[in-house]
Amino acid sequence: MDHRPGTTSRRGFMRAGLAASVALPAAASMARGQGTPDPLITEVQDWARYSGDGVDATPYGLPIQFESDVIRRNVSWLTADTISSINFTPIHQLDGTITPAGCAFERHHSGAIELAKPDYRLMVNGLVDRELVFTYADLERFPRRQGVYFCECAANTGMEWAGAQLNGSQFTHGMIHNMEYVGVPLKTLLAEAGVKPEGRWIYVEGADASSNGRSIPLEKAMDDVMVAFKANGEALRKEHGYPARLVVPGWEGNLWVKWLRRIEVTAGPVESREETSKYTDTLANGVSRKWTWVMDAKSVVTAPSPQVGITHGPGPLVITGLAWSGRGTITRVDVSVDGGRNWTTARLAQPGVPMAMTRFYLDHLWDGEEMLLQSRAVDETGYVQPTKNALREIRGENSIYHNNGIQTWWIKKDGSAENVEVS
Amino acid sequence: MSKFRNAAALLIVLAAGSAAAETQTARDSAFAAGQPLGLGRAALPEEISAWNLDVSPDGTGLPDGSGDVMTGEGIYLEQCAACHGDFAEGLDNWPSLSGGEGTLDRDDPEKTIGSFWPHLSTVWDYVHRSMPFGNAQVLTADDTYAITAYLLYSNGLVEDDFVLSRDNFAEVRLPNADGFIEDDRAETEYPAFSTEPCMESCKDSVEITMHASVLDVTPGNEGDATGDAPVEAALD
Repeated sequence: MDHRPGTTSRRGFMRAGLAASVALPAAASMARGQGTPDPLITEVQDWARYSGDGVDATPYGLPIQFESDVIRRNVSWLTADTISSINFTPIHQLDGTITPAGCAFERHHSGAIELAKPDYRLMVNGLVDRELVFTYADLERFPRRQGVYFCECAANTGMEWAGAQLNGSQFTHGMIHNMEYVGVPLKTLLAEAGVKPEGRWIYVEGADASSNGRSIPLEKAMDDVMVAFKANGEALRKEHGYPARLVVPGWEGNLWVKWLRRIEVTAGPVESREETSKYTDTLANGVSRKWTWVMDAKSVVTAPSPQVGITHGPGPLVITGLAWSGRGTITRVDVSVDGGRNWTTARLAQPGVPMAMTRFYLDHLWDGEEMLLQSRAVDETGYVQPTKNALREIRGENSIYHNNGIQTWWIKKDGSAENVEVS
Repeated sequence: MSKFRNAAALLIVLAAGSAAAETQTARDSAFAAGQPLGLGRAALPEEISAWNLDVSPDGTGLPDGSGDVMTGEGIYLEQCAACHGDFAEGLDNWPSLSGGEGTLDRDDPEKTIGSFWPHLSTVWDYVHRSMPFGNAQVLTADDTYAITAYLLYSNGLVEDDFVLSRDNFAEVRLPNADGFIEDDRAETEYPAFSTEPCMESCKDSVEITMHASVLDVTPGNEGDATGDAPVEAALD
C-alpha cells in the first residue's frame, strides 16, 4: 500500500467531505490547496527551466522510467525451466485494447529463436498441385490484410481451476495480448499452391526445435487465418515469431504458430503432441476433449484488482477491464460490486470488434465499503460468461485449459484487493 | 507450368497500367478470383523430405527403420534419463513419461504416454523432431524406433525383447486411444450459457469461499513458494 506522507490526511479529509456532501469530485482532484499553496505550482520546476532530451537521444524508445513496473512477469514455480514456459502481460496497468508488443506475454516451448528474414523459408507441401517454397520477400508481394485480434493462451487462468491461487489479473488473466496485425491471408498462399480436393486439414509448424505442430481444419484455414509479419505497425518481435507467425482469430494461442516454416495440406489431423498430450481438456470422468479450438467469451476487471489497489479513498472510482470472445464481438459487459447479487451494464469504450479485446468502464461512486467485484461478458451469439462453479459442474477441476469463469476481486475497506472465490 | 503462364499474364496486365478501366477490372478480378500470382518456387524433393517429418496415427510419414527395447534403453540412458529418469518416471519438475495408469478421473491425474496419450505416432514424431530438449533433431530413425520401444516397455506395454519397426508400428495400441472426444461445448455448454442472465437480487447471500492469499505463491509476495500447480502439466 501507499504510505506517502499526506496520503492519510488527504483520505481523512475526503472521508469528512463525503460525509458532509456528495459534491466530492472537486475535492478528490485537489492536491494540497485549502490555504497551502502547492510548490509544484508555485515554484519553477527544473523541467520548466532546463531543456529536455534532443530528438536524437532515443532512436527507438522505451517507456519512461516511472513505468518500470509495467513489465512481463513470470512465475518460476509454474514450469521446470524458463525455456518452455510462460510470462504474463501486465494487463492490470494497461488501458484501451492494444497491447504494447514490448510487454505482451510470451509462451515458448524451446525458447524465443532468432530467425533473420534472409534465412526465412516457408514451405507449402502435401496435398497441393504445386509444392512451393517462399522467401520472406515473396510474402511481402502478396495482397495484404489487416485485423485486430486477441491471442489468448489456452492455459490462461488455468492455475485457478482448483481455486483462487495467484493474486493479480496479470497472473490470473495475463496470458493474452491484442494486436493489430498485417499479413497475407492463408487462403491466398494455399491458392498459390492449389489445394487438392482430398486436402481437408492443414498441419502448421514453426522453425524452432519444439516445432509446435498443430492441425487445423481447412475450413478455418480458408476463412480468416493469416500469415502475419507486422504487429502494431512494426515487424513482429523476436519472441512473437519474427519474421512471420500464424494468426488464428478467436482460437487458442497455441495454434498461432510462431516462426512459421511449413504448411502441409493433409487428409486428416496429425494428432501431434500439442493436440494430444497438451491442449486436450480432461473432464471429471477421465475422458478428454480434443480440438477445443475456440476461446469462449471472457472478461476480467483489470482495475481495481490485487495489483492495483484503490489509493484515493471513497468517491469517484473508475472500474475498468477487458472482455473478449473467440465467437465474435462482445455486445455487453455487466459488472457487479456485490459478488453477483446485482449487476450493472458497463459502458464499452467502443463497439465490440470480432475476436478482439473490448475495453469496458463502469464509473462508480465508491462508498468506502467492501466490494466483491465481478465482470460478466456477453457476446453476439448470446453466450453469457459463466461462473467458475458453473464450468466445474460440467468439466470438473482437471481440464487445465479454457477457464473463462467469472473472476472475483475482494476490495477491502482500505482499498486493497484480493483474488477470491465466492459462493 | 500454369503458374508461369499466369505470372506472365499478370505481368502483361500490370504493364498495361491502370489507364484502361477494363484492364483495371481484369486485374482486380485476377486477384479476387484467388488465382496464383506466380510467387514462390517449386519445393525440391530433398527440401520436402528434410522438413516434412510429421507422422500421423496410421503411420503415414514413418521412415524405414527399426529398434528394440534394449538398444532403446542404451540411447535413452544417454540422451533422456537426466531429465526423465532412468525408468521414464520423470525427475524433479520434468515430465513423467510412464506411470499414472487409471488416474485420469482422479483429482490430480498423472498424464503420461502410457496413461494418457492416444497414439504411438505422436511419441515417435515428437521425440524425433523435438527431443532431447536443448539438442533436438539429433536422433536417427532407428534411434527413435528404439527409444519408442523402450518407452513402450517402461509403460509395461511390451516385453523386453520387443522390436518396433514401420511394419508393426500400426499394431501398437495405446491404453487411452479411446479416451478423447471432439469438442462438444456446442452441445454441453453453449445452450446452458446462452440464456438471458439475472440482473437483480440474483442470490440471497454471498460468502467468500477461497482466498489466494492463503496460498501466497504470487511473485513479489513474501514466501514466493514452490507450490502445487495444476497448470504445470500444461506448460512443461
